[in-house]
Amino acid sequence: MVSITYYLILAAILFSIGVCAFLIKRNVITIFMSIELMLNAVNLTFIAFAHMWHRIDGQIFVFFVMVVAAAEAAVGLAIIIALFRVRQTLNVDQVNLMKD
Amino acid sequence: MNDTLLWLIPTLPFAGFLVNGTLGRKFPRALVATVALVATLIPALIVLKLWIFMKSAGAPEQFSLTGAPWISISGFQVNFAFAIDHLTLVMLGVVTGVGFLIHVYSVGYMAEEEGFWRFFAYLNLFMFFMSVLVLASSFLLLFVGWEGVGLASYLLIGFYFRRDSAANAGKKAFIVNRIGDFGFLLAMFLLIWHFGSLDFASVFGQVNAAPGLTGGFLTAICLLLFVGAVGKSAQIPLYIWLPDAMEGPTPVSALIHAATMVTAGVYMVARCHVLFDRSPSALAVVAIIGCATALFAATIGCVQHDIKRVLAYSTVSQLGYMFLGCGVAAYSAGIFHLMTHAFFKALLFLAAGSVIHALRGEQDMRVMGGLRKRIPITFWTMTAAVFAISGIPPFAGFFSKDEILYRTFMRGGALGYTLWAIGVLTAGITSFYMFRLWFKTFFGEPRFDEASLAQGHDAHATHEEELAPVHAHRETHAVMLAEPEEPEHDKGQVAHPHGVHESPWVMTLPLIILGVLSVIGGWVGISSALGGHNEFDRFLEPVFAGVNGVATVTEASRGLELGLAGISVLVALLGVFVAYVLYYRKPGTAASLAQRFRGLYSLLDHKYWVDEIYGRLIVSPILMLSRVVLGGLVDGVIVQGTAATLAGSTRGLGWLARRMQSGNIRSYAGWLALGAAAVIAIVLFVFVHPAHATVTITR
Repeated sequence: MVSITYYLILAAILFSIGVCAFLIKRNVITIFMSIELMLNAVNLTFIAFAHMWHRIDGQIFVFFVMVVAAAEAAVGLAIIIALFRVRQTLNVDQVNLMKD
Repeated sequence: MNDTLLWLIPTLPFAGFLVNGTLGRKFPRALVATVALVATLIPALIVLKLWIFMKSAGAPEQFSLTGAPWISISGFQVNFAFAIDHLTLVMLGVVTGVGFLIHVYSVGYMAEEEGFWRFFAYLNLFMFFMSVLVLASSFLLLFVGWEGVGLASYLLIGFYFRRDSAANAGKKAFIVNRIGDFGFLLAMFLLIWHFGSLDFASVFGQVNAAPGLTGGFLTAICLLLFVGAVGKSAQIPLYIWLPDAMEGPTPVSALIHAATMVTAGVYMVARCHVLFDRSPSALAVVAIIGCATALFAATIGCVQHDIKRVLAYSTVSQLGYMFLGCGVAAYSAGIFHLMTHAFFKALLFLAAGSVIHALRGEQDMRVMGGLRKRIPITFWTMTAAVFAISGIPPFAGFFSKDEILYRTFMRGGALGYTLWAIGVLTAGITSFYMFRLWFKTFFGEPRFDEASLAQGHDAHATHEEELAPVHAHRETHAVMLAEPEEPEHDKGQVAHPHGVHESPWVMTLPLIILGVLSVIGGWVGISSALGGHNEFDRFLEPVFAGVNGVATVTEASRGLELGLAGISVLVALLGVFVAYVLYYRKPGTAASLAQRFRGLYSLLDHKYWVDEIYGRLIVSPILMLSRVVLGGLVDGVIVQGTAATLAGSTRGLGWLARRMQSGNIRSYAGWLALGAAAVIAIVLFVFVHPAHATVTITR
């Protein structure tokens, strides 16, 4: 049996990659993907712990997170398309109307 | 006597004030005048009825009206309560009677002024507070009236508030009065502390019940009360506000600064005679201050050129006489002089106002003269007042002043004789400066420029003499051009249709009534030595019972009193004679005398430099203190410094925080991640014990 530590380390690595990508990337779709990555890193920890404690509720949580992520992806992509139609760009640094 | 009627005495003027003060701006002038006159006439009639009632046999010596409780704290209680005794009645008579006459006069005098409604609203307000002052049955309610008349006085001195000098005079009066009020307040605190009450009846009752109570404590209370009286009644050293108060319209000078408000101090001392009687040293102080003020102000009055200022200094001087009377425990004599003085001084001011009116705002006696034939009613009434104030029998002033001087002499001792001598000397000076005014105004050649008066121009423009300082003191009358002329005057003065003219009847009628009172007003108090019955003394006897009362008349005392009266009349006549020589027979003599005694003249002309001395010694140090310590240190460093530091640090923090709010979404996310990492770190390393954490994970 694989120790839980490995799962957690993997989840931490995935999460950190997600954070870094979120901070560094300018393309809004890439940022979106990094958010998904972070969510899935969290999902991984949920599964790992659920497995460790032999409990079902962690797995149920994961399903909830996936459903919410799917909904979020649908809305987010719609916003991105709308944004692209208006601004002709996907660079978040150029989408700063609220700041000025 | 019906209680409701008595309540009307103060409330009607207040109602008049409210009506005119709120709606008067929209009213026609006639309606404003009607409201104000009715609001003062009815109280006057009520007082008349009250007078008849109190004179009648079997009337109570005092009756009181208690309204709602005002302050009630653990046994200490003050009510809205009035008490009426004979002293109050005399004061009420003066206030409502003279007050009403002056209201009538004002209708004519102020007819052309703007702010007509404001003027009458203030006058009614004054009448309200003055009635409260004299009716009050406790020190605190008296103080309410005391402050209220001060407020009305301030408002009316500064009536022409567009003129700086008037606004400043109002402030000066208010501030100087504050000093006196401070003394009054301290006296009240002492009274509460010792007697636990501010009610006249209670305090005086306790004093009467404790014959052993004398000395320092009562002296302190009396002196502090007297400080209040000194402020209100313009005695040394706080008299300086009264001459400046002449910036107000002349009827105001007559009502507030001659007849009623300034006598409030005398009234208060007489009201508190139970306290003063126990403290001979306080009485001596009252007498000395009064006498010194009488002489001091009279000497200044001799060289003033502004007709109203002469009268102002003479008011200060006469108030000194009243205090002298109170100071020798002759309270009824002081009050008697208060009453006669109210008649003749109100008349003097009103007549002066009539002169000023005739000359369109001219107040400088150097450009008057020869008005005797031109304004005869004013001339004759003023003559009565001048004779009255000079103490020439049988005019009113003689009897009251003589009574004071006689009682001063009877006080005996070196102090009594000295005060008497100064009093007699002052009487001479008084008659000198009053006749100087009389001769300069009404006799000799006219020194005003009739043509320019007729055109309503500045009469001064072409004048030859050294008139510089007086220009500031003219009333706005000079500017009011369109004045309705009465036809009968036009016939007499065809050449100068708009020149010097007698005042309309609303102004001359009060003059005539007051003139009659100035002649006969003293007859109510003719002392027995002079063949009278001391009626006034007897009238006030219930109030001043226990004071060494009316001296029993023996043959010797009758001779003494007659002799003393003779001396003071002779001195007064001497004053008249000197004025006659200097200002009528040889008009140039005065100027050459002034030249000869240049130093003395300059000293008097500058009013002993008192204003300047106060300015240097008191006002400028306080200003310095305000600027440097309060303004610079307290306000600049402490108050502003604190505020500035707080504001600066907030701004600095804001500057730092603002740098985070870059508007860059990724930097927000970065901060978020950092924050989350920080929170997790704290939770891990601080809250979760490492050993415990290890156990949990390995399980």
